[in-house]
Amino acid sequence: MKMPPFAYAKAHSLPELFSLWTNAGTEARVLAGGQTLLATLAFRLSEPSVLIDISAIASLKGVTETQDILRIGALTTHADLGANGLVARYAPLLTKAVPLIAHAAIRNRGTIGGSLAYADPAAELPACMVALDATIIAQSAGGERRIPASDFFTGLLTTALEEHELITAIEVPKAGPDQRATILEIARRSGDYAMAGIALAYRQAQDGAVQDGAVQAPRVVFFGVGDGPVRAVNAEMAMSGAALTTASIAAAQAVLATDLDPPGDLHGSPALKMQLCRTLLARALTPFILSERTAA
Amino acid sequence: MNELVRPSDLDRPNSYIGRSVPRPNARKLVEGRARYVDDVSLPRMVHVAFVRSPHAHATILSIDGAAARAMPGVIKVLTGENISAICDPWVAVLAHLKGMKSAPQHAIAIGKACWQGEAVAAVVATSRALAEDAVGQVWVDYATLPAVLDMETALDTATPVIHAELGDNLTFQRQHEKGDVEAAFKASHTVVEATFHTGRHTGVCLEPRSILADFNRADNQLTVHHSTQAPHMMQAVLAKHLRLNEGDVRVICGDVGGSFGIKVHVYPDEVATCAIAKLLGRPVKFIADRFESMTTDIHARDHRITGRIGVDRDGAITAIDIDDRTGIGPYSVYPRTSAIEGNQVVNLCGGPYDFAHYRAKTTVVLQNKTPTCQYRAVGHPIACAVTEGLVDLAAEAIGMDPVALRRRNLMKDGTYPRVSPAGMTFEGLSHEACLDQLMALIHYPELRAEQAALRQRGIYRGIGLASFIELTNPSPFMYGIGGARISAQDGCTVRMDPDGSVVALSGVTEQGQGTEAILAQIVAEGVGVSMSRVKVITGDTQVTPYGGGTWASRGAGIGGEAALQAALELKRNILVVAGAMLQAEPTALDITGGEVVDKATGQVRMALAELGRIVYFRGDTLPKDLARELMVTRHFITKDYPFSFTNGIQASWLEVDTDTGMVKLLKHWCVEDCGRIINPMLVDEQVRGGVVQGIGGALYEHCIYDGEGQLTTTSLADYMVPMAAEMPDIVVGHVETPTRESLLGAKGAGEAGTAGAPAAIMNAINDALRPFKTRVTAMPFTPMRILEALGKA
Amino acid sequence: MSAAVIQHHVDIALTVNGESVSRRVAPRQHLIDFLRLDLGLTGSHAGCEHGVCGACTVRLNGVIVRGCLVLAAQLDGALVETIEGLSDRGTIRDLQDAFVAHNAAQCGFCTPGMLLAAADILDHQHQADRAAIREHLSGNYCRCTGYQAIVDAVETTLLARKGARA
Repeated sequence: MKMPPFAYAKAHSLPELFSLWTNAGTEARVLAGGQTLLATLAFRLSEPSVLIDISAIASLKGVTETQDILRIGALTTHADLGANGLVARYAPLLTKAVPLIAHAAIRNRGTIGGSLAYADPAAELPACMVALDATIIAQSAGGERRIPASDFFTGLLTTALEEHELITAIEVPKAGPDQRATILEIARRSGDYAMAGIALAYRQAQDGAVQDGAVQAPRVVFFGVGDGPVRAVNAEMAMSGAALTTASIAAAQAVLATDLDPPGDLHGSPALKMQLCRTLLARALTPFILSERTAA
Repeated sequence: MNELVRPSDLDRPNSYIGRSVPRPNARKLVEGRARYVDDVSLPRMVHVAFVRSPHAHATILSIDGAAARAMPGVIKVLTGENISAICDPWVAVLAHLKGMKSAPQHAIAIGKACWQGEAVAAVVATSRALAEDAVGQVWVDYATLPAVLDMETALDTATPVIHAELGDNLTFQRQHEKGDVEAAFKASHTVVEATFHTGRHTGVCLEPRSILADFNRADNQLTVHHSTQAPHMMQAVLAKHLRLNEGDVRVICGDVGGSFGIKVHVYPDEVATCAIAKLLGRPVKFIADRFESMTTDIHARDHRITGRIGVDRDGAITAIDIDDRTGIGPYSVYPRTSAIEGNQVVNLCGGPYDFAHYRAKTTVVLQNKTPTCQYRAVGHPIACAVTEGLVDLAAEAIGMDPVALRRRNLMKDGTYPRVSPAGMTFEGLSHEACLDQLMALIHYPELRAEQAALRQRGIYRGIGLASFIELTNPSPFMYGIGGARISAQDGCTVRMDPDGSVVALSGVTEQGQGTEAILAQIVAEGVGVSMSRVKVITGDTQVTPYGGGTWASRGAGIGGEAALQAALELKRNILVVAGAMLQAEPTALDITGGEVVDKATGQVRMALAELGRIVYFRGDTLPKDLARELMVTRHFITKDYPFSFTNGIQASWLEVDTDTGMVKLLKHWCVEDCGRIINPMLVDEQVRGGVVQGIGGALYEHCIYDGEGQLTTTSLADYMVPMAAEMPDIVVGHVETPTRESLLGAKGAGEAGTAGAPAAIMNAINDALRPFKTRVTAMPFTPMRILEALGKA
Repeated sequence: MSAAVIQHHVDIALTVNGESVSRRVAPRQHLIDFLRLDLGLTGSHAGCEHGVCGACTVRLNGVIVRGCLVLAAQLDGALVETIEGLSDRGTIRDLQDAFVAHNAAQCGFCTPGMLLAAADILDHQHQADRAAIREHLSGNYCRCTGYQAIVDAVETTLLARKGARA
């Protein structure tokens, strides 16, 4: 299907964007990478009046660092995210996530800001943001807001963004050498949205103050099994405070049903999703047991 | 075997038959220079988009096109009534399918919509985008009707009848019985039963259905650029229903972006496009978008089959009993009908095996879903899955190795011709040779040992086998006998031009499978010239000999033989002229490498270019009464058998993740016998592509309807086709048993891969699941279904 | 910097296959329709128009993109390369030869997009094995070949180029 008719405007700065937004009315949409927006327009399910192209706004680009924070510009493409050295060093979970996102041609154009704003419940990056305790930086004509990722995803394809508010950057606390993080998903075919996926991060205690190797501050997040990224708080508690063992993983698996309430979809029943999540949890964590054994 | 067809001797000059040569027409594909219908633009061309029913079943109360007519670029808004003024409806039945019935179908629905996606109005505009804009402004008032969705209850008295004039929702039923199945079961050591489902799926040609029709009132000529498999059939159909003479309809088929049977049918929206061109007297283009493709391209394979097999203690198959039911949508598809698939299930079940008692019934019912019809390997994947699934079940039940049970029951090589319990006549098959070659390729004992060792470590792999037969090269007994103007014959014209180059015009068509390449090989070898001097022209009803086109893997077997006969006759004609020029007996001369030579010594006597120069420009120098016919046409039709049959066996080696239900394909093998192989590389690629299409049906592809009859899988994100990352490498082996019906001996290779792959995958999955004493029999074998079988979802 | 205005038609000037092109386009027109309808470059194909099939893969500013998920209106100043341009320049002649030799194109509809995606492997993934090739091509749908011949053709070309560099 051809896209419905709409007008086009290109913003070169945030002030320009906000002024365009004001002029364009409520039916305007922001066009970043367009990899989801343009695909959905081809279904003619919505008919925006104007697409405001933000791809030329320089302040939304680039990855920078401060002492503790990695700042990723909203227009960073998946491909750039995956190839960025700072990201590989300070947010390796994201480097691992990128190859799971769609396909090369999509990754060359799709942006991190767009992915988070669209908030597909089966998408990888929203789950990673929650797992990494990232902060979403949003800006409107009225100023900047800093929204913790765990508060950002509010429901199916909905976020805490207000009208005429744009994601400008994502701030991720820099991972230290004690961070353990991984992402796994089960998709029917490579690049498909996952039937179920897991992104998790925790700190592995290394000083003598607590039990050596103990799991600290775990954040276990599932995707493709709810309205958005779903944190498995009870599973986190079950694996927290001690070194990972087969038994602690089993304990985390055992309480997973209290964390998740996945809906069925085209792929199958809620029971299918629970089975996949239990499996993912074990498969995501088990390599960390093995690596410790090797280290010891 | 003719002296001209000696595949074992590839050293002779111009020996192209049997050789892997690249396709001469592949270069344009890799350089972006192919010409598909959508690449053609004509002066004054306009575009049509269709208003399609959002309901599975509804009465059309009114259609208001006024708002649409006022939209930018809109030229016309047309309803079914408007079109029917110049376009007659059709009823898709065949006389030899006894008792078959279907309702009249219009190019655009009149009064009633019978599936979600059926066209109910058309908008013509200056661009496709503008036409789509206006489609949204055509206001159709519907009164929804209860939708008939479940094929199992379609015939219940409580179920509404879709077409009142038919009396019920039954379109066709056939029962075939040979021997005494019940008595044989009683006498059997073991009888096993299972119910199989093959998921409704569709072809997903990457180039969507495409047509560009132009009607020139000045000479009363309809010219149609069409992405089709059967130009002459379309010519006949369009002429008949648009009330034109066949001679006033020209169908041109350029490059086709995949067809697989999808593009051999008459689609109402395409006929409507031609009717609109006739109404407007200008070119009208219709390119289906992907959503339209998913709801209006034919679907296929929506079957439930319950089967029983009886075996003796020693593994001998005693009897097979098949009860097949299929839902075909609201109309049988024109002109091939939608009863053929069920009919094929009856014809093909048990096909590779030697057994005595067979009963099979197919019940073909109507429903409010997209119409189904023939799609690559029509009925074969279904019959093969049921047969091979039952064979594996029987082997398990009596504790016999599945290979041993097959070996025990496969029809023995060298026992042909013979007639199967289903009544199919086999001229010559090679099941045993294929099985032997397969066993050598897969290293069966080693594979079993590896499987056993891995099971100890909780890794569940399976080996699945599937013997198959494939029906090809149909005679008029397939369609013509039933009254359809579908040619089983095909022709080829071969011409030598003054420079000694050769042009071949054929009625079969190129869909990417390599038809033009094999025709060039055959003609080059037949005449005695280099392949580079042969140009092949297909796909134009005003230019090529009349023929059936491309379907049922008939291009090589029928079109190829016509080309060979024409080429050989042209050579004889050339040598007659050469004999006169050279004062030699024509029989003492030969042509090799584009030169007339002494047959005995190989000494060059004359270049064909010189012969051509004299014939065409200095004919005055030749004897007055000398025939100089450097253009020859020959036609071919099979006469001894209603169909050819090919055969083969496939094997799949895969791993089932019993915690996720995911299936990882590790390797796939196919050993097949397509008769004479003209181009081994092209045959291998037909098999591989076919296997992957079969894998699609086994693992991924499914047209899923909700309870209201809405298709939920209308995008390529939801309807999953096989992609590169998950597909295995596929080993292809060959046995060659040429048909004696033709000099060429080719039987066809287009569908073998698709026929056997789903069965092999199913059997391999069930082999992997065997330790859990569970199995899956409903395609596609999704993680959900596999985990369900394992009690985990 | 142009003023930010809401436009119903957009003037763009870009380079397509090395040639300067200026056109006025409707905002909703995607890159593939622009190439096919406005420039007559029919080598790129629209297979699904919703970003899944990969038949519309072209090169934009040096990287492969889905042509149906890019608006022509966005392309002022862009560099676009299509199968026609790559063929004219001969930069993937070896890959095209390998596709012909291995019969990696049947109907050919996916082929231009497939070649663009495959060329990306040749340019950026010199160490790719068969699995990596399959993975990189996993966004390009081919109904005809079953993919193996395509993987063979890419692998052959990759190895030949590696040999030529060595």
